[in-house]
Amino acid sequence: MNKPLIWMGQAVLYAALAAVILVFTRWPSYQNLPADSALIKLSISHQGKVLGDCVEQTPEQLAKLPPNMRAPVSCPRERSPLTIEIDVDGVLAYRQVAQPSGLSSDGAAVVYHRIEVPAGAHAIEVRMKDDARSEGFDYTRSETVTLAPAEILVVDFDAAERRIILL
Amino acid sequence: MRSGPVRAAWLRIEETIDPLFPGGTNPLRNLGALACLMFAALLLSGTYLYIHFDTSTDGAWPSINRLSDEQPWLGGLLRSMHRYAADLFVTFTLLHLLREWVLGHYSSFRAMTWLTGVPLLAFMYVSGIGGFWLNWDVLGQYAATASAELIDALPMLDGTLARNFLDSGAVSDRFFSLLVFIHLGVPLMLLFGLWFHLQRVTRPRILPPRALMFGQLALLAAIALAWPVTSGAPADLGRVPVALALDWFVLHPLPLATSLSAPVFWSLLAILFGVLLMLPTFPDRQREPVAVVDADNCNGCRRCVDDCPYSAITLEAHPDGKPGKQIAVVAAERCASCGICAGACPSATPFRSVIELVNGIDMPQQSVDSLRRKLVDDLARAESAPVVVFGCRHGMDVEVNRRIDVLGYNLLCIGLLPPSFIEYALRGGAAGVIVCGCADASCEFRLGNQWTRERMLGAREPHLRRTVPPDRLRVMMVGRHEQGQLDAAIDSLRQNASQGEIA
Ligand code: HEM
Ligand code: SF4
Ligand code: SF4
Repeated sequence: MNKPLIWMGQAVLYAALAAVILVFTRWPSYQNLPADSALIKLSISHQGKVLGDCVEQTPEQLAKLPPNMRAPVSCPRERSPLTIEIDVDGVLAYRQVAQPSGLSSDGAAVVYHRIEVPAGAHAIEVRMKDDARSEGFDYTRSETVTLAPAEILVVDFDAAERRIILL
Repeated sequence: MRSGPVRAAWLRIEETIDPLFPGGTNPLRNLGALACLMFAALLLSGTYLYIHFDTSTDGAWPSINRLSDEQPWLGGLLRSMHRYAADLFVTFTLLHLLREWVLGHYSSFRAMTWLTGVPLLAFMYVSGIGGFWLNWDVLGQYAATASAELIDALPMLDGTLARNFLDSGAVSDRFFSLLVFIHLGVPLMLLFGLWFHLQRVTRPRILPPRALMFGQLALLAAIALAWPVTSGAPADLGRVPVALALDWFVLHPLPLATSLSAPVFWSLLAILFGVLLMLPTFPDRQREPVAVVDADNCNGCRRCVDDCPYSAITLEAHPDGKPGKQIAVVAAERCASCGICAGACPSATPFRSVIELVNGIDMPQQSVDSLRRKLVDDLARAESAPVVVFGCRHGMDVEVNRRIDVLGYNLLCIGLLPPSFIEYALRGGAAGVIVCGCADASCEFRLGNQWTRERMLGAREPHLRRTVPPDRLRVMMVGRHEQGQLDAAIDSLRQNASQGEIA
């Protein structure tokens, strides 16, 4: 093949490669969330209450243990699972029972869930239960929020204040 | 040779563009080298970016943006090149994998190279996706949160990574430094992995031939200059980044995971890597006999060691016990059965007056002795002086009987041909000899046609004797379907021979 043909052929192929790179490096644009929607991000990492009470050990029980383990009270380490429900505009939008992490189920239970809602005002109610021995939900929070398009509402739990927070 | 339709189609494409890229510069035959070139471009441009990068959550975006605004000719250009080089790196690497897969290059002596290539894929994606985090614009925010959500979906992990991106206060500078560390550390692992990948490949083509290299770098610089990369709006964790101008080359796993759901994505990914890693156990062709050394005919000259394309030969103490004398030893599992070593050995000369021509190192399925016998028989039987054509069975078939005055021999690789056979054929009555190797850069064993050319030019041992008249020999490296070129060479040799007779 003669030189000019080679040059032209190569130019076409290089241009084709350049075009492919330039196009797919930014197109088609990705619609991460439908237009005019907002996002409720439920993200809670929380240690439930321990499942049982500490028990005082009788002298006989203590005697059976090796000397270095003779603690006068024995406390169970297993934690309660976390139950979370969220209503949006009076309808249950999500419910999860999250088991505690860790080999002896003594770690935090983690909930992470995304709920897409139309932008605008919504009545939100979040209920959480972290104690298997109590009746009903231990924490509830209801609020009406107005979400702009693409706005994120984070639902979290503040362990220090012991309350559900909306950010 | 297996010849499935996919393999045939791939080779067809390569051969179609061969004429546009002379001298072994066909990009489809240099994909590994092109990937290396882009990786080098990434390391160099990345070093400059890192020097100017502020590794804090608040400082990252402005520090990158300043590069584009304040030094468009250096920082801005390098920044754009860094992005496009990443896109090209992914493209070339995936094509490289596809090519080796389609050509069945994953089993026996290539298994190690294949297996060490697989983890490079993972390092490549982690490095690439991690690069977008650092920009900390809306695209980086998307890449970071989507990656964290994906990782959180893995069992065994506690699932709290995504909590680092809940609100702006959550992304501490310390956590951001971790992201930076990933984008520095994983590419270094890739570099290290690449070293493993090429352990079994002797003299790997790490950089493409010069014309292709300059072409590719010019392309990279040109698109970076004409379409500079700019940042999106700074990350805002209170808002979902919508309508993103996604880099589909690097970031495609993230939307894919979203549309499939994370568990399905991870399962498919595990299956894909499983298949890639299992592939070597299902070879697509039979193993052939490997090279065999004959102690009496090996003097430890090292030529085969130097020419073996897969580092399959080492030298050890010779069993005859002479001090300092060595012998070639073949590691069977690394041997590609190409016979290039047989063509390198000084014992291969057919002029030796022995009944059986035993070579120092030889291929049981195509020994130099069998080649000499055939040649002698065929020349004796020929009615008029024939043209002898040595070809390669991976290239153009020179044995199909096109013309009665031509003797063709398909070798395991053109590198199997000891140059002395050319002189031998001419003295035996051949009108001329054609050495017909595969097209440049398409040698199945990578180095066969390169060593052959150098041996013919006298630049490599064993070399062709200078007494061979140039008008009786043609050395050509052509594609499988270039019969026309072969016919022309035959005709011209024949013409030379008849002119010689008249004179
Ligand atoms: C980071 C990406 C990679 C780079 C930069 C790279 C680079 C290279 C280079 C430079 C060669 C030598 C080519 C030659 O000398 O002709 C090579 C060979 C090879 N690569 Fe890769 N590679 C990469 C990833 C992979 C992957 C993912 C696979 C497959 C799983 C793979 C499979 C192979 C095989 C089978 C060969 C041997 C070819 C032969 O022996 O003829 N590579 N690679
Ligand atoms: S046949 Fe090829 S791969 Fe095997 S030892 Fe000889 S040169 Fe090396
Ligand atoms: S080329 Fe032949 S003589 Fe030299 S080391 Fe190899 S086998 Fe031995």
